[in-house]
Amino acid sequence: MSRPAVVTLLLRSPSSRLTRLAPFLCLVRIAVLTVRLTTGLAQAQEPHHDNHPQGGSTAVYGQPGSPIPLEPPSPSAADVSPHPAPYGGEPVEDRAIFWHVLFDQLEGRTNGPDTELRWDGEGWVGTDYNRLWVKTEGFLDEQGRVEDGDQEVLYARPIPRLRYDWDSAPGRLWGAFGVEGLAPGFFNVAATFYVRDAGHFAGRMEGSYDLLLTNRLIAQPEIELNFYSKNDPARSVGNGLSELDTGLRLRYEINRKFAPYIGVAYNGKFGDTATFVRQEGGIVNDVRFIFGIRVWY
Amino acid sequence: MDRLRKIEDYPAQSFSRRRFVQGLAASGIIAGLNLWRWPVLARGAAREQQVLTGSEFTLVIDRTPVNFTGYSTGAITINGSIPGPVLRWREGDTVTLAVTNRLSEDTSIHWHGIRTPADMDGVPGLSFPGIPPNETFVYRFPVRQSGTYWYHSHSDFQEQIGHYGPLIIDPLGKDPIAYDREYVVMLSDWTDEDPHTLFSNLKQQSDYYNFHQRTAGTFFSDVRKHGLIPTLADRWMWGRMNMSPTDILDVSGATYTYLVNGLPPAANWTALFRPRERVRLRFINGSSMTIFDVRIPNLPMTVVQTDGNNVEPVTVDELRISVAETYDVIVHPQDASAYTIFAQAEDRTGYAHGTLAPRTGMTAPVPPMDPRPLRTMADMGMGHMPGGQGSRMPGMDKGKHGSQTGAVAGHNLPGIEKDDVSGTHSGYTPGVQMDTKSTTPAGPHTSMAVAGPSMSSQALPRSNPNELRLGPAVDNIVEMPTERLSTAGEGFPTGRRVLAYTDLRALYRGTDSRPPTREIELHLTGNMERFIWTFDGEKFSDAEPIRLALGERVRIILVNDSMMEHPIHLHGLWSELENGHGEFRPYKHTINVKPGERLSYLVSADTPGHWAYHCHLLYHMEAGMFRTVIVS
Repeated sequence: MSRPAVVTLLLRSPSSRLTRLAPFLCLVRIAVLTVRLTTGLAQAQEPHHDNHPQGGSTAVYGQPGSPIPLEPPSPSAADVSPHPAPYGGEPVEDRAIFWHVLFDQLEGRTNGPDTELRWDGEGWVGTDYNRLWVKTEGFLDEQGRVEDGDQEVLYARPIPRLRYDWDSAPGRLWGAFGVEGLAPGFFNVAATFYVRDAGHFAGRMEGSYDLLLTNRLIAQPEIELNFYSKNDPARSVGNGLSELDTGLRLRYEINRKFAPYIGVAYNGKFGDTATFVRQEGGIVNDVRFIFGIRVWY
Repeated sequence: MDRLRKIEDYPAQSFSRRRFVQGLAASGIIAGLNLWRWPVLARGAAREQQVLTGSEFTLVIDRTPVNFTGYSTGAITINGSIPGPVLRWREGDTVTLAVTNRLSEDTSIHWHGIRTPADMDGVPGLSFPGIPPNETFVYRFPVRQSGTYWYHSHSDFQEQIGHYGPLIIDPLGKDPIAYDREYVVMLSDWTDEDPHTLFSNLKQQSDYYNFHQRTAGTFFSDVRKHGLIPTLADRWMWGRMNMSPTDILDVSGATYTYLVNGLPPAANWTALFRPRERVRLRFINGSSMTIFDVRIPNLPMTVVQTDGNNVEPVTVDELRISVAETYDVIVHPQDASAYTIFAQAEDRTGYAHGTLAPRTGMTAPVPPMDPRPLRTMADMGMGHMPGGQGSRMPGMDKGKHGSQTGAVAGHNLPGIEKDDVSGTHSGYTPGVQMDTKSTTPAGPHTSMAVAGPSMSSQALPRSNPNELRLGPAVDNIVEMPTERLSTAGEGFPTGRRVLAYTDLRALYRGTDSRPPTREIELHLTGNMERFIWTFDGEKFSDAEPIRLALGERVRIILVNDSMMEHPIHLHGLWSELENGHGEFRPYKHTINVKPGERLSYLVSADTPGHWAYHCHLLYHMEAGMFRTVIVS
């Protein structure tokens, strides 16, 4: 097996409109190519031949107690193919490709007069060791405008107990690398570092925990923090801690794949970000009631 | 039609759930107007039994609509039934089996535990290319063994949806086991889900089917019982490894309906007897993923054979039968009452049951399931378990699981020297047992002579097909694997005699008295979260075959680093379990390795060819826990 090639492609498109699909497709292609290369390397291994001495025993084997001994080993045994699967095909399909789509949040957020739609989903396709991920999140307001959209394409390779992603891409896009996985204690955590031109850096930390009240009624506290190194007034982003989005959702798993939930969410803007938002007449401290479904395929 | 009537006994309000768990009383094959044939097997007095005897057989694999749970779906059947017909061979014959594939996909039949030439073993890719649609493959090989076995598909997930059946070989000479009547009791697990979906679900969320995880509720009840600090310490001990002590079986009664001879509990498979007859029950676990705990309340079982090989009779109240194992027991009911054959899944999410009765229609109470077991320190490979007693965490809910307190089964024959057993495991001092952390990819393997009670004292050359590879496929390495052969595992209430591997003493001396010349150590590893299962951290497709020289005698040492049991099955060759009985070590084809356990067995590489070697949990095998053993 090839060494874990931690080559990851990611596209983070911090646009407020979901219109830039062309670079996405391009990067998806590159990522797929990377996956294919990695698989190819793993297969290009030469079989290893051991030369064990022949046993040459005259012992008679068989089932204890049986009056019928087995015949002594046939000398034609030298003809046994050294290939692990001499008839082609594989006895087990342990390289099968799986895919999954999970919408962890698909919810309305309301404070009474104003309701917005929030989604946060992810999907992956691939084998155990090579996966292409797509992550998507954003808000859809009552005017049909998409805000705070973030669409990512990643290539992921597992490292023990963590997922390690790295990526770079040209243009106005962010390059990123990060780790995501299950921290000790069943905490879902993800930390991602983003970089783009002109010395812009950004970071995102996410965490959540599934608290099983019963085996089907699950409380999930969740938090997401965003940091930026420089002001970006065009996007109403200030440096430092810019945004905190946190929520507590109570879901009922009718089955594993379909769980309605209710909860509360808080979205806060800080520092210069708060100033920008205030100037635009936006809400800086926003507490909303939420209702939605968690679904996966 | 009396079977149909039983549906009306269900209370209407709980019908759908109950029906799912219990199955339909009249479940099974839907084949036009023909009702499912009642697969009761009994010499002489069988009703529509499907037993095929002789030396020439015709088997047809087809897709057949079935209804076990109220939901109609498709199954794969052999000659139209689930399980397939009982094949009855005779030791010494040469059997010919023409297998026709009427499916739209390839199929195969593997004769589980039968020592065939390699090209008759039925593993696509290794022994032959498989049987394509609308083609017939003719198996032909001499039968040189006797006992209870089974057969099943080795293609894709066909085994999960019905492609299995019992196989009995009558001995050439006089059967040393005396009995008046016999029945096959084949246990299996049925799901209405497509097995590919099931596998995909596990890949996405490995605890998908576990609805008995610890919750806030169990936390507070543990705090009440044990105090806050011990409970927190216990939760952290499991949590820091992202492991759950409730992880017993990967696939549970949340999707499975458990069958006895193809019948769900509601259909109540019934076997008849006359009082004072000796009844031989041939238990076969034909499940894909379910380990069963089998008992017959008020009727002790005398185990006389396992995996087709006779053992000194040992009487027990209960036995744990892992996937693909077989156990033959003799029961000796004295009165004209009915008895329930009760086979509960190890995780207690469901059960299969049948009835032993002097008359049709008689039933005995179905006992409640035992408390669910929890994994222990010993399962984590951190426990000191002399005598099979797990040290328990303070925060563990003792009320929720029984501890098996050394209720060692008693041999009922004077021929057994029990001290033979106790004296032989002295080599297993937990403190002396090498820390397998030294078994890092670069590190040298432990050189201490392991396991075998009968082993010679000098260290044998150790060879490993692959070094243990630590990577994403390994989420845990046990620090201190222990000898656990003298316990059946967790989950048995105190006071019951439960069969342990150390109770199995072969009736005959082994056929190959040579000591092994080589040791092969393999770790049973996995990544629970990602549902990757491997030997030595490498999936089949990434791993080298294990090569044995023809005629060679080797010791295989297995160390289970994972938190699940693994029934390890070596095709084509016997696995002689080193359990303290010297040259009377039992011959098996499938050896169940408990979490945190280290055990060993001897193998005589007497038949050349490519042999499959794998965990018999179907989804573990398909996930990669599979190796080729090449004997040449």
